[in-house]
Amino acid sequence: MKLKSLLFIALSGITTVVNADKLRIATEGAYPPFNNIDSSGELVGFDVEIARALCKQMERDCELVAQDWDGIIPSLLNNKYDVIVASMSITDERKEKIDFTDPYYSNYLSVIASGHDVSMNNLGKKNIGAQRSTIGSQWVEDEFGSRASINLYDTLPAAFSDLKAGRIDAVIADYLPATEWLNENEGYIFIADKIDIGDSIGIGIRKGEDELRSALNKALEGILKKGVYEKISQKYFSTNIY
Amino acid sequence: MYLDLKYRLSDAVCSVSTLPNIESISSYCGRYIDGFIVTIELMLTTCLCGFILAIGIVAARVGKVAPLRWLAYIFSYVFRGTPLLVQLWVFYYGIGGLGAETLGPLWVFFSSAWAVGFLVLTLNHSAYASEILRGGIVNIDRGNADAAYTIGMSKIQALRRILLPQALRISWPAYGNELVLVLKGSALISTISVMDLMGQTRTIFARNYDLNAYAVAAILYLFLAGTISFFIYCVERRLNKPYR
Repeated sequence: MKLKSLLFIALSGITTVVNADKLRIATEGAYPPFNNIDSSGELVGFDVEIARALCKQMERDCELVAQDWDGIIPSLLNNKYDVIVASMSITDERKEKIDFTDPYYSNYLSVIASGHDVSMNNLGKKNIGAQRSTIGSQWVEDEFGSRASINLYDTLPAAFSDLKAGRIDAVIADYLPATEWLNENEGYIFIADKIDIGDSIGIGIRKGEDELRSALNKALEGILKKGVYEKISQKYFSTNIY
Repeated sequence: MYLDLKYRLSDAVCSVSTLPNIESISSYCGRYIDGFIVTIELMLTTCLCGFILAIGIVAARVGKVAPLRWLAYIFSYVFRGTPLLVQLWVFYYGIGGLGAETLGPLWVFFSSAWAVGFLVLTLNHSAYASEILRGGIVNIDRGNADAAYTIGMSKIQALRRILLPQALRISWPAYGNELVLVLKGSALISTISVMDLMGQTRTIFARNYDLNAYAVAAILYLFLAGTISFFIYCVERRLNKPYR
């Protein structure tokens, strides 16, 4: 009897998880100022607010979850959630596995180092840090080869903390998070601030969900028109990054 | 120089290898072998240094000097009582985060991810190995040590000639098990940015999102574990020869 009721509780728990009406959105939660977990455990950041604004525009209930970057695409494919709003670059490799909406902002790469002995000319011979599975890490490997001294980290803050510890000479990061980090950490400079690799950031969904994609695209258009996007962007970056 | 040799070896292996003929995997052969070599590197160095350190710890633990005995006990208690992942992060981000100035000459052990991985794996392995060896020594009949002292051997001599060889025989199967655990534990160092087999595999997966990437890594790990087991078996036969 006891076992039966326990089983019932467990099963009812499962059914609430797969509630079909709620749109489940994943973000990384370790990528300030785009997505981050604040001291009270809440997800905050540009991506998070954009996601909420999109839900409001679509008039749908949403549930936001944090997911490690490494597993963010596999978990989407395994149906753990339906949408990725996590500042994900639209790349050909990813497009083979998932679909993207229209881009919601453009990204540039930056190189940050502690001093002037590092330059774009000798970068290939230095110890370089980047976040694994990002467009930055791919750019570095394509540029200098997979056998260059490249350290790959699970999160961007981990790469920055190694730069501070002095184990690496430079970090490759996306422009806006890099700017944010530079504002808070003295003694570091941009070696290159806006490397344009034609990178656009999109919202990731499973392949074949065209209905969801057009709904998200329409919602994106809506929040851009209404000025909601601009307001959120101004709040985080004091400029419109679209 | 050494690095050149390593890459040459890796390229040579890939030019003749027949890794699964899936396009998304075979183009990464170089990465796999590079990582494979790093894992072997770490395995060999940590097991060698860890074993030597373990003998020192055993000597302290079965010795007469009380403070040394306590220190050795605390050391193995701490390293066996905390997860390897926690140890890696404490050493890499915690202690290593203090920087070169604060750490002074100790910085050598913290200057690169590889060095920290080596240090932590060695300390961790020595803690386990020392307990295994101590178990072996405790299980030797007390009369052996007494006999050694009676014929005039010093403590060190008795340990080296009489007790350790017997302890090794008794504890060898358990020690072999621990070697395989070191191999598997070494996969954790990919979290502190070492490009070992696991680190390379995760990077490959980040590019092709093909789950076969992990299957290849699993096969390579199995191969290594098999090699270690075979080595253990051969040594075990040798150690048991006089007793058959």
